[in-house]
Amino acid sequence: MIKSISILPGKNRAGINEKFERIDIYQGEIVGIVGPTGSGKSALIEDIEQLACSDTPTQRKILINDAVPDAGLRYDPKKKLIARLSQNMNFLADMSVEDFLKLHLKCRGKDTGLSEKVIFYANQLTGEPISKDSNLTVLSGGQSRSLMVADVAFVSDSPVVLIDEIENAGIKKHEAMKLLSGSGKIILVVTHDPLLALSTQRRIVMKNGGVEKIITTTEEESAMCVKLNQIDRDLLRLREMVRSGAVISAAEIFARNVVTAGDGF
Amino acid sequence: MNVIIVAGTPGSGKTAVLLNTVRHLKEQNKNISVVKIDCLYTEDHVRFAKTGIPTMLGLAKDMCPDHFTIFNLGEMIEFANKNHSDILIVETAGLCHRCAPYTQGSLGVCVIDATTGPNTPLKVGPFLSTADVVAITKGDIISQAEREIFRERILEMNPSCRIIETNGLTGKGSTELASCFCKPLSFDYLDEQLRHNAPFAICTLCVGEKRINKKYHRGVLRHITGVEEYVGE
Ligand SMILES: Nc1nc2c(ncn2[C@@H]2O[C@H](COP(=O)(O)OP(=O)(O)O)[C@@H](O)[C@H]2O)c(=O)[nH]1
Ligand SMILES: [Mg+2]
Ligand SMILES: [Zn+2]
Repeated sequence: MIKSISILPGKNRAGINEKFERIDIYQGEIVGIVGPTGSGKSALIEDIEQLACSDTPTQRKILINDAVPDAGLRYDPKKKLIARLSQNMNFLADMSVEDFLKLHLKCRGKDTGLSEKVIFYANQLTGEPISKDSNLTVLSGGQSRSLMVADVAFVSDSPVVLIDEIENAGIKKHEAMKLLSGSGKIILVVTHDPLLALSTQRRIVMKNGGVEKIITTTEEESAMCVKLNQIDRDLLRLREMVRSGAVISAAEIFARNVVTAGDGF
Repeated sequence: MNVIIVAGTPGSGKTAVLLNTVRHLKEQNKNISVVKIDCLYTEDHVRFAKTGIPTMLGLAKDMCPDHFTIFNLGEMIEFANKNHSDILIVETAGLCHRCAPYTQGSLGVCVIDATTGPNTPLKVGPFLSTADVVAITKGDIISQAEREIFRERILEMNPSCRIIETNGLTGKGSTELASCFCKPLSFDYLDEQLRHNAPFAICTLCVGEKRINKKYHRGVLRHITGVEEYVGE
């Protein structure tokens, strides 16, 4: 059972010690990782994925439940506690959605009947319907990412989920985060997306390979997040309309409050 | 001296992963020699030499590259001994799915590309099933689900191997691999034996026959129907 993950400081790219004492992340928490390209966001995710023990370039240490994880936990692939999702990931297996999910369920020792539930929830995250007979390799970016999220939520079932920039995938981000965090997982999400960043409880700001500071999401930010989510859904809807060949009228946009007229559109 | 034999299909990421691993080993002040074996052409030896470690190149030409590796291990060891190395790393060409170049006293490392599909572990044969360590590469571009299925398939083929998820671009997994390279081994060239016997010249094609008609072929022949026969004296 994972109750908490802790990050102990290492060094930034200039070899200077990071400024924090430790970062403790508890079950059910969503933490953001933000910063410019090359600031060390993915390296931080990779440290957590590998349960670093001062043995990665950053020299950070990761604790689980307040203790250094034993070698079994670090190296035994059967004990994998950490799932990862990223923008670069694709489905490459040449099989149908259903066959693939069943194969994965079998390999995780679960009831293959669960595949329907996974497809159902994946369909809640995307506007383009996924059918169980679709071939994995022809799924769109949005369909693939939705299926990956649902798969991680219900099949991999790892207590820790690392998400590396999934914002441009064309999925309902807020809903995706809810689905993943629902079952008391620890979630770290690398993002440039204001909606995702503000829907976390805290965000780690990266700079030059090191942790620069940690911001706790303010009440004002949380309130704004609700509005951003509406905008995001509207954009997604417009995206589907454009895709299906519709002509978009200004009224359509303004009526839904996607952007206000004052924004210069 | 530890002898590390690395096998894996071309493009699987052997050199990329080894370059990262070598960097960690050098930080630990290990003295390393590298030998690159390929069939016709490679630039890998240049990539290794750029890191400042002694590097040797061998081209197998028309010999099976794994047979070539095995046959020339003596020279490679001599080369590494002359460099006073603690570790000799041999990167093989890894084309032959019938052969596995690992010996009993070496560390056998199989590098396998996760993007080649979940059935690959079932196809590649002895260089996976007789390896001590299996380094999976390119997990960064496939889904978590596919990574898990791939891992499971590898364990089906080789239940006792140590799986390391590596990334040739970021260096992920290379510290773990480096620590495997440093565990004491007992390689003894005089009595060293292969783990898996290599098929060698089992038919007339192996020794240069070019005519294709069946009547010209001798040796241990397997028909597409599954029937196996010996033709000859
Ligand atoms: N995305 C990704 N690419 C990789 C990874 N490892 C290696 N590569 C790339 O795969 C290609 C082949 O790698 P190389 O080391 O030359 O393969 P080798 O023929 O087995 O030695 C190169 O372009 C590498 O940059 C990895 O983990 N992820
Ligand atoms: Mg190579
Ligand atoms: Zn061979």
